[in-house]
Amino acid sequence: MNALTLDNTILKVKGKAFSYRKKLNKFGVFDFLFKNFLGLSAISFIILLIGIFLTLLIQSIPSIEVFGINFYTKSVWDPVQSQFGSLPFLAGTVITSFLALLITIPFSLAVSLFLGEYFSKGFLSNLMKNCIELLGGIPSVIYGFWGLFFLVPIMRAFESSIGVPPLGIGISTTSLLLFVMIIPYSASIGREVISLVPSNLKEAALALGATKYEVVRSVILPYAKSGIFAGILLALGRALGETMAVTMVIGNRNLLPDSIFGPANTMASLIANEFTEATGDVYLSSLIQIGLLLFIVTTVINIVGKQIIKRFGKD
Amino acid sequence: MRNLILVITIFTLLISSIVFNGCGKGDKDKSAKEILGAGATFPYPLYSKMFDAYGKEKGVKVNYQSVGSGAGIQQLTSKTVDFGASDAFMSDEEMSKAPAKVVHIPICLGAVTVVYNLEGITTLKLSPDVLSDIFLGKIKKWDDEKIKSINPDAKLPGKEINVVHRSDGSGTSFIFTDYLSKVNEGWKSSVGTGKSVNWPVGLGAKGNEGVGGLVKQTPASIGYVELIYALQNNMPMASLKNKKGNFIAPTLKSTNAAANVSLPEDTRVSLTNSDADEGYPIVSFTWILLYQEQKYENKSEEKARELLKLLSWMAHEGQQYAEPLSYAILSTEAVKKADAILKSVTYAGKPLL
Repeated sequence: MNALTLDNTILKVKGKAFSYRKKLNKFGVFDFLFKNFLGLSAISFIILLIGIFLTLLIQSIPSIEVFGINFYTKSVWDPVQSQFGSLPFLAGTVITSFLALLITIPFSLAVSLFLGEYFSKGFLSNLMKNCIELLGGIPSVIYGFWGLFFLVPIMRAFESSIGVPPLGIGISTTSLLLFVMIIPYSASIGREVISLVPSNLKEAALALGATKYEVVRSVILPYAKSGIFAGILLALGRALGETMAVTMVIGNRNLLPDSIFGPANTMASLIANEFTEATGDVYLSSLIQIGLLLFIVTTVINIVGKQIIKRFGKD
Repeated sequence: MRNLILVITIFTLLISSIVFNGCGKGDKDKSAKEILGAGATFPYPLYSKMFDAYGKEKGVKVNYQSVGSGAGIQQLTSKTVDFGASDAFMSDEEMSKAPAKVVHIPICLGAVTVVYNLEGITTLKLSPDVLSDIFLGKIKKWDDEKIKSINPDAKLPGKEINVVHRSDGSGTSFIFTDYLSKVNEGWKSSVGTGKSVNWPVGLGAKGNEGVGGLVKQTPASIGYVELIYALQNNMPMASLKNKKGNFIAPTLKSTNAAANVSLPEDTRVSLTNSDADEGYPIVSFTWILLYQEQKYENKSEEKARELLKLLSWMAHEGQQYAEPLSYAILSTEAVKKADAILKSVTYAGKPLL
């Protein structure tokens, strides 16, 4: 006698009129389908990512054939002579993003600590949290306008006071604008993680005679380290890919940047500017290769960042 | 609950398949009365007005996407639109890439003006060499001897010249660089002509509005924008020395005058630095492009005829809308050539008009 006939016997004994096994099977099939549908949706994202990478790679082939590795070392962008090099844009992207990040880290840490630890409850605190999140929702173009009409004149006045050519637009202005744009991302995540630090740890430190500052330094920050870093990584990701706001205030000079107050250009800004009017196979293909480079840079930074977060988590 | 989700999912899939299935069917009836075009942003305000007026008069709807000259040419080449529009005529290379012969119909004239931001200076004269040297970075300051010698009365400041150019690829840049290449050997060999070029100096801004805005905001700056833009924003424009040696200010009249020269049959000509006495030197046609043989991809003869009627109207009755919008009308020479080209457009070998 196997389990199946045992089931049926028991049920008959229990006096059920219908076969309980049939009902189980109906839900079993549905379960199978549902689980696999979810799995398929998840896998489709991996396929999408690979698809994007392959599309970029395949469309870049014409320009890879012409320039080879020199594409990444040359700093000329000449559509008339069909000479393309990505170095100025790589430099511009990396410099503006990391500079923005440098300014963001202390501020976002301060905001996260303040709203997560010192001032975490109450109407005013909620208001501040919502304001920061609202900042993150403002469209990029609006930031560009704000930068152009508000930030640029201020920078111009500042630059003429320190003796630098008063252009107003350039790397420093872009980094400041990016800082305002990315701070909500790192501040919100940082705040969440800091507020999740278990209160028994904090209370234990306080009970041992630590001041509030010492609690922050030796309990909260070590505990929330990986989360704060994750927020910073997210902010960096946004800064690297930011297009519209950057293109309005960076000065769009397709040469290697020579001064922190001077103009430059980034990969995303270049593509946004030149793609619609690009004619000619090599030109188009070079622009797509710039897109591929941006894709790779963002992916590499994300992978490195995740490794660092893992390391933090282990400590 | 689970059953409910399943039922809703199946229902949604069914509905969406029905909706999307029905999508392709309605097009055939409307297609004769709807014309698709894409291309240049420069003439967009004029085309908008023309198509609106034409639609009201004749009941034919024209859908124009101002995606840029380059994209317009690409879409025409891939036959996704009935006509393209461009500020720069197709190069021989682009013509050879197209699947069939493309003809160019000139519709109106535009001028590229040199705008500047200098306090207290309302008139500025520039010669071709001085302009080229400024954009090459060879003349760095406003009070340079070369600029002073042409403008002896102007109180030019000792500030550095902040050059502003287009960061995006544009027909305006093409016209401007085409002019500079014609008048200056140094520019021609080091930079050349193109919708995007490797600018030796200067800041880039996106669109006419970007350049205009940056010039307005940045003291001691100089840039180039379309005439319409400068007029509507009251920006001071420089007078340029033309081929005949006269300093001409950019106006609708001087733009129109520049086109009163002999034109080639296919009108694919650059009007910059033209021989006209009173013509402003940086002027260009803006063209509408279409295939000479209109029978392709199931296109009906009726639709092709509607397109030609539209273009003919634009070259004649439509011209009345140009000047109120600050576009210069076609010269009589240009209209004659346009008519001749329209007559050469065929459907299955037979001329349509």
